Amino acid sequence: MHKRLIELHVNGQRHEIAVAPNRTLLDALRVDLGLTGTKQGCGVGDCGTCTVLFDGRPLNACLVLAVQAAGHEITTIEGVAGSDELHPVQQAFLDHGAVQCGFCTPGMVLSSVALLNHNPSPTHDEIRVGISGNLCRCTGYQKIVEAVSDAAGRMAVEEVDHG
Amino acid sequence: MAEHRILNTRAIKVDAADKVTGAAVYTDDMALPGMLRGAILHSPLAHARITHLDCRAARALPGVEAVITAAEVGDVKYGVSPARYDETVFAVDRVRYVGDEVAAVAAVDLETAMSALSLIEVEYEELPPVLEAHAAMEPDAPQLHEEYRDNICAQVHQHFGDVDAARAEADAIRSDTLTSKMQDGAFLEPQSALARFDHRGCLTMWSSTQVPHYVQRTLAMVLALRDDQVRVIKPAVGGGFGPKAAASSMELITCLLARATRRPVKTTLTREQVFLHSRARHQFFHTMTTGVKKDGTLVFLDHHNVMDGGAYSSFGIASVYYGGSLLGGPYKLPNMRYEGYRVVTNKPASGAQRGHGAVIARALFESQLDALAEEIGMDPVELRMKNMMSAGDVTCNELNLSSLGMAECVQGVRDRSGWVEKRSKPRPTGRGIGMACGFFVSGAGYPIYRSRTPHCTVVIKLADVGGRVHLLSGSADIGQGSDTTFAMIAAEVLGIPLDDITVQSGDTALTVDLGAYSSRQTLMTGHATKEAAESVRHQILAVVAEKLDVPPEDLQLVDGVVKVRGGAGAFEPLRTEYIREHRGYHDPPEGPFLTFREASRIAFLERGTIVGVGSYRPPPLGGSYKGAAVGTSPAYGCSAQVVEVDVDLETGHIRVEAMTDAHDCGYAINRTSVEGQMQGSVCMGLGEALYEQIQYGDRGQVVNANLAEYRIPTAMDMPPVQTIVVESHEPNGPFGAKEVGEGAIMPTIPALLNAVYDATGVRFDELPLTPERILMGIHEDRGED
Repeated sequence: MHKRLIELHVNGQRHEIAVAPNRTLLDALRVDLGLTGTKQGCGVGDCGTCTVLFDGRPLNACLVLAVQAAGHEITTIEGVAGSDELHPVQQAFLDHGAVQCGFCTPGMVLSSVALLNHNPSPTHDEIRVGISGNLCRCTGYQKIVEAVSDAAGRMAVEEVDHG
Repeated sequence: MAEHRILNTRAIKVDAADKVTGAAVYTDDMALPGMLRGAILHSPLAHARITHLDCRAARALPGVEAVITAAEVGDVKYGVSPARYDETVFAVDRVRYVGDEVAAVAAVDLETAMSALSLIEVEYEELPPVLEAHAAMEPDAPQLHEEYRDNICAQVHQHFGDVDAARAEADAIRSDTLTSKMQDGAFLEPQSALARFDHRGCLTMWSSTQVPHYVQRTLAMVLALRDDQVRVIKPAVGGGFGPKAAASSMELITCLLARATRRPVKTTLTREQVFLHSRARHQFFHTMTTGVKKDGTLVFLDHHNVMDGGAYSSFGIASVYYGGSLLGGPYKLPNMRYEGYRVVTNKPASGAQRGHGAVIARALFESQLDALAEEIGMDPVELRMKNMMSAGDVTCNELNLSSLGMAECVQGVRDRSGWVEKRSKPRPTGRGIGMACGFFVSGAGYPIYRSRTPHCTVVIKLADVGGRVHLLSGSADIGQGSDTTFAMIAAEVLGIPLDDITVQSGDTALTVDLGAYSSRQTLMTGHATKEAAESVRHQILAVVAEKLDVPPEDLQLVDGVVKVRGGAGAFEPLRTEYIREHRGYHDPPEGPFLTFREASRIAFLERGTIVGVGSYRPPPLGGSYKGAAVGTSPAYGCSAQVVEVDVDLETGHIRVEAMTDAHDCGYAINRTSVEGQMQGSVCMGLGEALYEQIQYGDRGQVVNANLAEYRIPTAMDMPPVQTIVVESHEPNGPFGAKEVGEGAIMPTIPALLNAVYDATGVRFDELPLTPERILMGIHEDRGED
């Protein structure tokens, strides 16, 4: 198959790459751009480890073709933290012990960030729904839910401080 | 118990920042210059003879660098236990399950490798498959391996006390069965390996493994290399839970492809291949007859167990022993008989999975205790307390319970769940509450191969420039947090902050460590770490004592400084010397005490590199009967759970409303990690009880080899879990610590079974508890069709 030249907008940077039309966004990120923080756990949209933000919405990068992503704003786990400090969701994951093997973590963080952008003060049940597309085999989810809830609180305080 | 500054706190894991930012490197994230991609051709048939295998077209495809089969790599047998080596890298003339490896390709990219696989011509003569364990044991069943008569690859016959005589003493006797299904580890990182040979013929393999040391040995044996020519490195690992606790065909193939092509090769399994490789939980068919006296005293257990192991032994010989031996505790059980059979069938091989071999046995035994309690009119909690062992007791099969916070666990879940009140009031229709206990080893007493080897060694090396402490270990952090545990122990002993420790682990070039299985790392590698750190502390303080001309026993390393009987001592000349060496540096040591950074630099200047070593080998354990080694451990963890369910009697759907979980982990090194292991175990147990089952087609193919149809719990399936950390003092553990990683799963399935009985009045004898099964059980119980 002939490759096509596309422009991917990832974490605020523009990358021009040549990809086969059937290349997934996941492979383009991991292999072509070297952004290996996005994981492949199943390749068929079941596990959520490849979650990225696609124009702000969480999406499984294994289910999207790279050519379909051209021109859209993609955020991967490498683009979540600020230059000096972690995103409040990342910091809360650390503080609450929400990370074990870490393989679900990038996708879990991105789904959580998307949830909080959309719903700044979710209930525990809303958090569970928000991360239900991201499987975790290690934690039993409890510390993740606590971390996201705490992050919501921290972000609300930041909002007031900066508001 | 001594006051600790770092131990028993909620430390942030040393690898967590890398993991939340995507910086942590897992095997499939790696690439080497010139790297090829490996791909594997699997058998599409469960049982067949290979009559024709032609790789010429695949080899001719541009971009293909190697195609290998049994003809190229030979028929060296390997496996987990040397007593049961029954696997070859590729099928030799015969395939034994859908997924058996037939050939492999290395090519310039994955697409080319996959195209090459499709060009390999294989013809099979199909043989009748054996797909059920009991059918496999029939005398006229096809034999899978010549050496396993009646397809039984391991059997156990153990008898402690006198079960037949004891029957007369029992007032209530029950016989029950429980059947489970083969399960999958469902770790989120599919196995991946990257192998490279150097020009001297030495092999380095990076792999997603729990056991670098055992993998090193297997690679050396199969590739006919010396152990010291093989280095296995474990990068970050995305969960293991047991199935990654042995060398895999994929790892061997990757190394063989690297040897054949003289180029680095990486192979990563697809999710479907993870299911086919399996090595996860067996299917168990347990039958137990148990007797108690009217007052609740446990009299005997007569136990029969058949395990469907799939095509190869894997861990099966150990699994079948664990399936019986761990029922020896935590209750006083004077008479126990166990007959266990581990059978081969034409299905993916089962192996070890969290709670190795013992989970379904525990599930039946604990639900039977529940039923017996009801028969004699006793509260299930009371029945357990009546028979509870305590620290210092020895089980009928000679397991020595050096610590046992079992009673505290039971009391904890009883009180925190509101058990007494909830059980005494009538429950609304479909609501139920149940409880159960669990018990597990804290590290296998013996290695998998016969050896006097220390089970682990640890090297702690001070940075020659002073300050940083390097902890070097072959141990395997697979997400459970062992690197953090060891860093905490070293930081505690050396009196420095956790951030000043750098852990390098999971590398066979560093030290021997048997790895992450049997819940052994905290106890065993924790001991070795403590010893190494104490040696380093001793060496630093000896130098400082000499310099300050004070007795070493007057010195203390604490809060990142050296104290002399609580004071500063005349350390100024040492500081002057340190600062003189660092003219122009921006961060001179300051403060009223000699810092660890200065002390460690001075120690280097006096003595050269400061290195401390530690090692651990359990004392001889267990009895002298056959199989006594399996189940022995320097310590045992224990646990209890109360589960509350709401069963929809119209749909059969079970909603788990609340779970209260207590686990005795000895001294909790990292409280957050202990809770994390407990909550993760409970979640896995819930999945296994309610949803998880590998399903086979009628020709032995796995029909749900994906994470949509093999359903594990999502965040929405999990209720809030109350975790109660019970801390006994384990005399054989470092600082009194012992396991939590596996024992915590033990009570979940039986507590759920008991809660569902409480809700429905039906005792279920088959897992998982799907809505169909629940509905059918309820209808049968009501005498409906």
